[in-house]
Amino acid sequence: MTSAVSVTHKEALPPPTERYTVLGWLYHNLFKGWFNTLLTLLSLGLIVVVLRPLTHWVLNTARWGVIPANFNLIMRGQYPADQAWRLWLVLFLLAVVVGFVWGVWSKQVQIALVAIAAVPLLLMLVPFFDGGIRINLLLMDVLGAGGYLIGRRVPPRHSRVGIFALLAYAFVMLIILRGFTGEGGAWPSVPTTLWGGLLLSLLLAVFGIVFSFPLGVLLALGRQSKLPGIRILSVLYIEFIRGVPLISLLFMAQVMLQLFLPAGAPTIDRVLRALAAITLFSAAYTAENVRGGLQSIPNGQYEAANALGLNAFQTMTYIVLPQALRAVIPVLVGQFIGLFKDTSLVALVGLFDLLGIARVVTANPNWLGTQQEVYVFIAIIYWVFSYMMSYASRRVEAQLGVGLQ
Amino acid sequence: MQATVDQTRPPFYRDERVLGILSQIVVVAIVLGLAYFFLGNMLRSLRDQLGVPISYGFLRQSAGFDIGESLISYGRSDTYTRAFVVGLLNTLQVSIIGIILVTLLGIIIGVMRLSPNFLVSRIAAVYIEVFRNIPLLVLLIFWAQAVFFKLPRVKEALILPGPIYLSNRGVAIPWALPTETWPTYRLILIGGLVLAFVVARILREQGKRTGRMPLISLWFLVTFVVVAIIGWFVLPQPLVLTTPELVGFNTQGGRVFSQQFMALLSGLVIYTAAFVAETVRAGIQSVSKGQREAATALGLTSFQTLRLIIFPQALRVIVPPLTSQYLNLTKNSSLAVAIGYPDLFAVAGNTILNQTGRAIEVFSLVMGVYLFFSLTTSLLMNIYNRRIRLVER
Repeated sequence: MTSAVSVTHKEALPPPTERYTVLGWLYHNLFKGWFNTLLTLLSLGLIVVVLRPLTHWVLNTARWGVIPANFNLIMRGQYPADQAWRLWLVLFLLAVVVGFVWGVWSKQVQIALVAIAAVPLLLMLVPFFDGGIRINLLLMDVLGAGGYLIGRRVPPRHSRVGIFALLAYAFVMLIILRGFTGEGGAWPSVPTTLWGGLLLSLLLAVFGIVFSFPLGVLLALGRQSKLPGIRILSVLYIEFIRGVPLISLLFMAQVMLQLFLPAGAPTIDRVLRALAAITLFSAAYTAENVRGGLQSIPNGQYEAANALGLNAFQTMTYIVLPQALRAVIPVLVGQFIGLFKDTSLVALVGLFDLLGIARVVTANPNWLGTQQEVYVFIAIIYWVFSYMMSYASRRVEAQLGVGLQ
Repeated sequence: MQATVDQTRPPFYRDERVLGILSQIVVVAIVLGLAYFFLGNMLRSLRDQLGVPISYGFLRQSAGFDIGESLISYGRSDTYTRAFVVGLLNTLQVSIIGIILVTLLGIIIGVMRLSPNFLVSRIAAVYIEVFRNIPLLVLLIFWAQAVFFKLPRVKEALILPGPIYLSNRGVAIPWALPTETWPTYRLILIGGLVLAFVVARILREQGKRTGRMPLISLWFLVTFVVVAIIGWFVLPQPLVLTTPELVGFNTQGGRVFSQQFMALLSGLVIYTAAFVAETVRAGIQSVSKGQREAATALGLTSFQTLRLIIFPQALRVIVPPLTSQYLNLTKNSSLAVAIGYPDLFAVAGNTILNQTGRAIEVFSLVMGVYLFFSLTTSLLMNIYNRRIRLVER
């Protein structure tokens, strides 16, 4: 009897020597059967066909000199060089706030945090950065660590401090960037038309999501509402926005936003117009995502809240929304990534975001014919940011146990 | 037990129905008020600044600009309406070809992603992660400026097997040209399609009666192909294949797609395929392993398992997000304005708008068309979902 059992076991599981050796692994994953072997060979061929010219181009043909020469432009657009220290200040504050919030929200060091801290250190390796930049990057890490240590001292019951810190940061950052001492002074104003490059792309994405989020939650609640008037208005808005391309909204905002305002109204600058279009666009998608979360809340939750004597507003804020939003965190991160990528569309309405700046650089007579280098470079920037966000979201998802339900 | 329960109605500000109606009135009033405010401002500024009321009359005027490529005959003396239609047809052309290609590529990559072969699934994963995280517009401009606009002159054209000529005049591929018997042949094809539907219907009825479902889609295809082949030989050559060849400074024969079209198409297809692949993968993975095992236990062959068990269930998960990807592709084709392909948005939202300055009219038309596409699709989607739900218990 026992021998029979052991025989089947031997057939089910190959001996460890075969499972855990390189050859065994190769056999099972690449060369099991003639079809598999054929696929492996075809894949190898494909890799060679793609990688050989690519490496040749990267190492020999490409004129990478265009990147260091225009690096400041790509990062901050036309933002005046003598005010660039304000951008560093913003970054330092960012490091402090991120460290602080992380310290508040999770009490033990995690891999993701180490990964974030490694970013400035990795950037220090970029060959064409001078000493000043490297010291500043190092300083960012030091400040982040400081913020983290302070954040750890905040007791868990005050964990809401994190949100306030982030909101305060967003506000302070805008003031620093915009300036407040008029033409002269230590903080001269820098009009938004001069903001550009990665700076503008990130700002548009962050403020787009910050502004569109509350609007989207309201629309989602409106769409779920039992009141027909509110429901119909929400559905109309959501379906209209989702039915048209973002580019048409951006063009419309540029051309028509001013028409909607009374005659004496101050002129809205182009960046704000683009931000308005992005916000209105993104809100409809947020609404649909949040609605998915709302629908996942069982009726018993509403009934239990009712039984406890909570009113409709309390039911929403204390019972339903926290659960609904937690369930859709991964989707919302995905949407945020989409929004970050979509900010590249503002280049088509004349703003100089990352893509707009790339077009400027490639049009520069000194760097004619460097489209491949420049576009590959900004594609990498977009890619790194988007990929980092989706990676972080997967980690958070695993930690919260979302999606396991 | 004293009946202390108040039998009178609650005060109106605690009555849920009254509150509901009141809040609706408030919200609707706010929305209408804002709309009135904005529209009033708009009409006023239109009257004061431009001195023109809203009117679609300009659509009948002569457009006076050229369009790079067009599926119907178009000249600069044609009306704005015709220019609009040219743009619309170009949008449809790139969308339909794109949807077909993206379905193929997406399914291939999605299935590759699930392959037990390590290398194959890694390649698919790298493809998906690379292209999902790059903005489509960057990809489009890269394809246009860094690839297709840099193609050599016709004399030094790259020749791919086919033959396909890649040059700065565009991409020339072999193409079947209709001869004079083509209109008759088209009728025969339609007849074949009808016949195929009839055959499928009969087979389905028979299957229901006998309890043995034949391969309906296979017989459908066979009927159609047989009719098509018979028609092909009865009529002398309804289509003739022409291949492009180098003549002087240009290619002749075949069909030439412009560089802009090719850049737009490849950008859209490569980008959207990454999303379609994820959809396909999720759909196949959503069918639980127990289904496959149960099918095997019932004695179904692996083909039957795929056709009768896995595929119908996976399709139910795949189709809704897939349609929304198709819709995304169609809407994203409006980015053609960045690389100079004259699609609906480039023609109307850019050129016509700049010429006439009629923002409201132009945007309402353009957005109306895109809205029409998306609302029709979601309507079809709802019908499809309802039909599929009937299959469920």
